[in-house]
Amino acid sequence: MDEAMWAFGRVSGFISLALFTATVLLGILTRSGRPLIALPRFSVTLLHRNFALLASVFLGLHVGSLLLDSYAKLNPIDVLVPFLGSYRPFWQGLGTVALDLVLAIVITGLLRHRIGQRTFKAVHWLSYAMWPIALAHAIGNGTDGTGKWFLILAAASVAAVGGAGAWRLSATFLETSKARQGGMP
Amino acid sequence: MSDTLHIDWTKCDGRGLCTELLPALLARDDWGYPVSRRSRSGNRTDVPIGADSLDAAADAVRLCPRLALSLVGERTSRRA
Ligand code: HEM
Ligand code: SF4
Repeated sequence: MDEAMWAFGRVSGFISLALFTATVLLGILTRSGRPLIALPRFSVTLLHRNFALLASVFLGLHVGSLLLDSYAKLNPIDVLVPFLGSYRPFWQGLGTVALDLVLAIVITGLLRHRIGQRTFKAVHWLSYAMWPIALAHAIGNGTDGTGKWFLILAAASVAAVGGAGAWRLSATFLETSKARQGGMP
Repeated sequence: MSDTLHIDWTKCDGRGLCTELLPALLARDDWGYPVSRRSRSGNRTDVPIGADSLDAAADAVRLCPRLALSLVGERTSRRA
């Protein structure tokens, strides 16, 4: 039974990270105001939100299954308070920090209309911290974290998110950048 | 026909979600911002919404990435 929980904990963590990677990419695409090939803009936003929710569900499964696993020696307190764990406390603590950030980002995301754009956006910037922290946690804490395949996939996602981030900062990021820079369209 | 879609120009950034959801009512100007297709008086800020467009308008209010839209009107307040 323990073995199964351990395996499930690892797989669900991996799936959650992959979904969060997609969430960040879709978030940046949402911000650009561009449609995605045949997907209209409102679908891109909805997809961004739904990937975030699905990733959070897998994050819940990841933490839940490892709580039930005696080998991971996870205390309930480790779920919310970082760096107290007994197994690789620093790398596990990064996972806890990422979880705290996800909770903040998702809750304020869902309450966007209630709390207003300013607060929503202030918290939402934490996404750019959350993703590298979660990735570092997976590499440093995961059983397969330093395995060849995991590192290849990690390098590919760093390239994808890094590339999207560079695009986010570029002058032609917005769909309407050209027109707004003064040249008549 | 008393419902209107109110656009807060201090918030709108011309991302074009509302123009996708309400193509019959809203066009996009060259900078991406919504323009009412039917407005006679040149009022760009309050767009009249017919009963058949009310659901799409509510979606636009919900999904606008800048929270720039709100629905104002009798039917809307009863639905809320
Ligand atoms: C219920 C959950 C969520 C909702 C409703 C939501 C909604 C949004 C919206 C509306 C935007 C566009 C903001 C704008 O145009 O100013 C956005 C952007 C973004 N989102 Fe989310 N989001 C959610 C969760 C997440 C999560 C969990 C992450 C991180 C893993 C994330 C990462 C991003 C990123 C990176 C951007 C681009 C920010 C920028 O560069 O301005 N989002 N999100
Ligand atoms: S969806 Fe919102 S930000 Fe985008 S054009 Fe419409 S009102 Fe402006």
